[in-house]
Order: sequence, then C-alpha cells, then structure tokens
Amino acid sequence: MNLLSFRGGIHPPHSKEMTEHLPVEKALEPEIVVIPLQQHIGAPCKAIVEVGEKVKVGQKIGEAGGFVSAPVHSSISGTVKKIEKRMIINGTGTCIVIESDGLNEVHESVVPKGDIETLEAKEILDIINEAGIVGMGGAGFPTRVKLSPPPDKKIDVLILNGAECEPYLTSDHRLMLENPEDVVYGLRTVMKVLGLEKAFIAIENNKMDAVLSMKEAAKEFPGIQVVIVKTKYPQGSEKQLIYACSKREVPSGALPMDAGAVVSNVATMSAISKAIKTGMPLIERICTVTGDGISEPKNIMIKNGTRISEIIAQAGGYKGEPGKLILGGPMMGFAQFTDDLPSNKTTSGVLVFTEEQARLPEPNPCIRCGKCVDICPSFIQPFAISAYSLNGMFDMAEKNSAMDCIECGSCSFICPSKRPLLHSIRMAKREILSKRRKTK
Amino acid sequence: MERKLIVTSSPHIRSKEATDKTMRDVVIALIPATLAGMYYFGFQTLIVVLLSVAAAMATEAVIQNIRKQAITVMDYSAAVTGLLLALNLPPEVPFWMPVVGSVFAIAIAKQAFGGLGHNFINPALAARVFLIASWPVEMTTWKFPVDAVTEATPLALIKGSRIVPESVSIFNLFIGRVGGCIGEVSALALLIGGIYLVYRGVISPRIPLAYMGTVAVLTLLYGGFDFNYMMFHLLAGGLVLGAIFMATDYVSSPMTAKGQIIYAVGCGLITVVIRLFGGYPGGVSFSILFMNVVTPLIDKYVKSNVFGGVKK
Repeated sequence: MNLLSFRGGIHPPHSKEMTEHLPVEKALEPEIVVIPLQQHIGAPCKAIVEVGEKVKVGQKIGEAGGFVSAPVHSSISGTVKKIEKRMIINGTGTCIVIESDGLNEVHESVVPKGDIETLEAKEILDIINEAGIVGMGGAGFPTRVKLSPPPDKKIDVLILNGAECEPYLTSDHRLMLENPEDVVYGLRTVMKVLGLEKAFIAIENNKMDAVLSMKEAAKEFPGIQVVIVKTKYPQGSEKQLIYACSKREVPSGALPMDAGAVVSNVATMSAISKAIKTGMPLIERICTVTGDGISEPKNIMIKNGTRISEIIAQAGGYKGEPGKLILGGPMMGFAQFTDDLPSNKTTSGVLVFTEEQARLPEPNPCIRCGKCVDICPSFIQPFAISAYSLNGMFDMAEKNSAMDCIECGSCSFICPSKRPLLHSIRMAKREILSKRRKTK
Repeated sequence: MERKLIVTSSPHIRSKEATDKTMRDVVIALIPATLAGMYYFGFQTLIVVLLSVAAAMATEAVIQNIRKQAITVMDYSAAVTGLLLALNLPPEVPFWMPVVGSVFAIAIAKQAFGGLGHNFINPALAARVFLIASWPVEMTTWKFPVDAVTEATPLALIKGSRIVPESVSIFNLFIGRVGGCIGEVSALALLIGGIYLVYRGVISPRIPLAYMGTVAVLTLLYGGFDFNYMMFHLLAGGLVLGAIFMATDYVSSPMTAKGQIIYAVGCGLITVVIRLFGGYPGGVSFSILFMNVVTPLIDKYVKSNVFGGVKK
C-alpha cells in the first residue's frame, strides 16, 4: 500500500511501548487546582471570580481576554483561595487557585446543548467558544478562531490529526481506541460548521489498531475517510499533514487556511463532542506520563490545573533521580526546571528522563555532511542558517528562509556533530521578528 | 522542590549518528581496497598505509596542541585522510613520501584552514597533487602485479587512442590485476566498500553515479559507441576510488542534491577532458580538486525551493 507522506523527516525511536497498551486511568481527585488564565496562544483571560467565592465543576472562572482567546473553567468544586502570579509553563502568569470541597458539584450551566442535527453552525461555534476549547495537539490555538476563517478564505480540506508523531506520547492513540465515537461526533460538528461534506482522519501506520477503531466508528459516515500516513516525524505537523493528505503546500509565511485547509487534533474533537452532548466545558484531558525516569508510566485523565508533581506521584513517582522534566514530547516539548507547575489544556505528556538521558552531547564542528538539508521538511538549509545565526548575521539568516523553519527539531536530532541547529535557528527567528516589529 | 533538572530547548533526543562513527565507516569501507592493494603489490604497501595514517594522526595531534585545541585524533578523520592518501600512492613509493604527504594534507590543506569541517579541498587529494608536482619521478614509477601482462598502467597504454589495448582485459581491470596506485586498481574491492557506505547511509549514491555516469556517456560517445572502450575508462585509473571515496568528501562537496549532481557532472567532464586531451594520463585528482573549489559557488546559487515557496 502506498502510504501518504511528505518529503524529508526522520525516524526517531517510537518509545511508545511503555504506555500504548495501557487504558486511560482516571486521576485521583486533586485537592487543589491551579488554573492559569493563560493557557494558549493569544490574550490571557480575565478572572471573573473572587477570592473566597465558591465555584463548581464546569463554572466559567476566566473570561476570554480578546479575539484570539478562550475562557477557562473550574475543573473541581470548592473555594477560590488565591488569585496570584505563579510559575506556569514557559514563564509566570496569573492563576486561580481553587481548594476542593471534595463534592465535585456540577455547575448549573452544564446541561446538554442539543443535537448535531438540530444545532445551527453558528450555535455550534458559540458552544465551542463558551466551552473554552483550544487545539489540544500542542499550541492551544482557540478552536473557534480556527473554525471562523475570513469569508474570502474558502476551506475545502479538513484533516483530523491523529498522527501523534511525537515519540513517547500515546494519549491520542488511547483516545482513538477507547472513545472513537466522540472523535467522530466532534468531527461531524466541525464539518457542519465549515459546511464540508468530506474530512480526513490521518493516523500513522504504527497505530493500525487506532485505524481500525476509527474506521469502525466512522463507517456510517461516507464523507469521513480514515487515511493511513507513514510513520515519520514530523508527520503530525500541520503543513506536512496537509501536504500528505491533499498534496497542497501551505504558502511560505501563510496559514493553513490560505491553502484552504483546517487541521485539528483528535482530542479537540472529543472535547467538542463532550461540550455538546453533556455541556461540560474543556476541563480535563488525557495525559501520557512516561519516560525512564517514571516508576509506572501511564495514560491518565487529568483535570485542568492539576499540579505536575501530583501527576507524577500518581504514576508511581520518579524512578531514581530525575534528569529532565519535559511537558509534551521529546521533539517539541518544553523542559521545565521545577515540577511545581499546573497542567493545562495542552498537557498531552509529562516525560521524565534519567540524568544520563538528559545530558546532551557536546557539539563538534559541522562536517557539512548535508543530513540536515536532506531531512528538513521545510526544505531550508539548517546548517547555513545556524552558522549565520551563531555569527550574528541575522539578515543573512532571514535571506536563507529562517522564518520558514517549523521548529520540528529534526535537524538537531539527525546532526552527527550534535550541533545545536534548531536552538540557533530559533535565536535567529527571534532576532528577525524583533527587528520586523521595530521597523513597523 | 530542590532537584537539579536540566533545561534545554527542544529537541531533547539525539540520533545515534556521530562524526567518529561516520569516519570509522569510511575506514571500514576502505579495507577491501587496502587488502586488494596488498594482495597485488605485496607487503610494503601495508607499511606505506601505516606510515601515512600514523603521520596524519600525529600531525593533527601536534597542530591541535599548538593551536591549544581539544585533541580529536581518535575521531578517525585524520586516519581517513592518511589512508586515502596512501591508497593514492604508487606501491613502491619511498617510505618518506607518505609521511611528507600526510603532513602536507593535515597541516596545510586541513588545519591551516581551520581543521575538521573547514578544508575547502580534499586534503588527501591536495597532498597527492603536491607530491606529483614535487617528485614526479617517484610518483609515476609503477610496480605491477606478478601475473600482469604489461608493464604500463592502463591509462598510459590507452592515451591518445580510441582502441582498447589487447594486453588489458576488462576483467583484469575489474578485479585489479593491473598497474596503478595501491588502492585504485581493484574496482571490485572499491565497489564493495561503496555499497557498504551507501548501506550505512554514510554517502548517497548521487555523486558516484553522476560522476561515473558522465564519464560513461562521454567516453561512449568519444569511442564511437564502443562499449569496451567505455568500460575501460570506467574501470581504469582512479575513477572508482575518486568517485566513491574522494568526490563524496562531505566538507568539499555541495550540500543540496541538485548541487551535488552539478558537481559530479563537472568532475566527470573534467576527468574525461584531461584523459582524452590533457598531458596527464589520469585526471580524477585534478577534476575533483577543481570542483572542490567550485563547491562554494554551487552552494551559493543552487538552493532548494522552500516548502510552500514560489516555484522557480
């Protein structure tokens, strides 16, 4: 069979064996949740509760702070203890700290919103917006914004991303096995919003059980096509997946909608389905807790705002001395310097490396082997941009298409000289962006 | 929490590829050709090889010491240079010559330009050309395998002629029973090494195929579609050694696939021009060195279209 794919890419070890066959467990009820008002790209939320106030499960506690923003909800019932700045992923931000009363009382607003057949597209968009749904694959882009393209952009390709190309992570895989109906239901609502008859569900061929499961769930809907994509990193990257499924290239510097495409993650679909069927906003997600530094790797359903240290404790705690704590996968996830952080809507994985795994090798001189050029899925020349960046020649980095880098990290992975390619390209991108802002 | 967690930017995993492993693969791939040289030309070729490799590694260590750099002689890169130089020398070369050549290769062609990754030409080839220019007699005094029929190298025999000399069979050229440099004679041994390198992902077959393909097409045309004549040019001289092991040197060849094809076709073109019309019998060393110098130009102008970019 001819598998759909893109040009370039790498084959890192999957490392999914630890958790791919483990059913999702429900996490213990957290006693305290710390809910960040900034959970996604875009403007942070504004708190709409006060210290001392009682809140219930599913109650809105933060109002969207702008167009590119999504509200946040309480994931437990209890009392607001503090609203303060705390460490969150990648910095600090205002958080609402809620102490549980152990009752898990559901808020009055949480009622079924209707049925896909009777709801209008506009109503579905409002439900998605009110439920605080964001892209759960990584960046957390507000789903309502993604599904409301400007009228001049005609969307005709919808792809559901079940590739899960990041090593170690199995949360989407388990979701597709355990709850495929919700994924399909969510997808159908999105098709309705976008006015599309057809959609793809793209799954890598190392998850054939998920392919079968999704095919079974979608068999009554001829417009939904489950496509098998080649197991290759970064297959789940938006632009690469659009190319694999439709052979369209998103123009350089543009968004998927400029190629008429929308890509969304399978977990996002499940969240939409829940928001419509039960009225429960996005307050929990599946998280893969894994790595050689974790005693009992697991897939756990965690409530938004559960502290990372607690999540790790539920997976048997650290095995030995942890060397590195990564939120997300090993290719694009973020290393943290403490586990005293709250989880959020995009916490798909908590990965812990041993000290030995955490140490990166020393870089050697570039031997111009060309491997980074061969595998770069953006077809740019990582070695050249990196060299310009390290010499402070950011104009040259820009001329060499630094801004087309999707930061997948394949170049740093493959480099036999262990050079910090992506790191230096990121540096160049940052300099280029700040210069562009200044000249505007 | 008082844990010492390491924080770096992503990605957090690295492949097992490493410079020293790559270079070690090249050494392994050259073993069949080295053994073939010993088989045809005798034990003294081993001494040439060992002297050349030792001199290359020692020079690298001394210069890195002078430059107050980390000593990296165990990364096999100097060893590869020494080995390649030795395989490009006549079998009965005086023993001081591989030493002088290796010192030149490492000190002048490699370290003077900044060491590993900065040599703009292939150090072993630069040293070979330096030796040819300085000691032409020693560099063109050949020894022949005991059972070889003639006492001239194949390319010297065919110089200026469009007819394959009867004394040299294509089969002997293929297995290496002819006169020539230590490592260049046996196309068979070199091909085994080349297949190993491609299998291990060290080199792409692009450059060797485009290089040898160009030579094949041009000699086929020049020889009036004489298949034997074409095979003779493919197997004789340093073409197979050069195409598989010298032209593919990472540092001095282009980075993009398109650039590599241009570079390899250029190598093939110059090789044929020198062989057919030039003063020297063989042209592989000069053609690769010339294209090495053109490489930065190729890399400057030949770039792949970025994903989603405007198609040129």
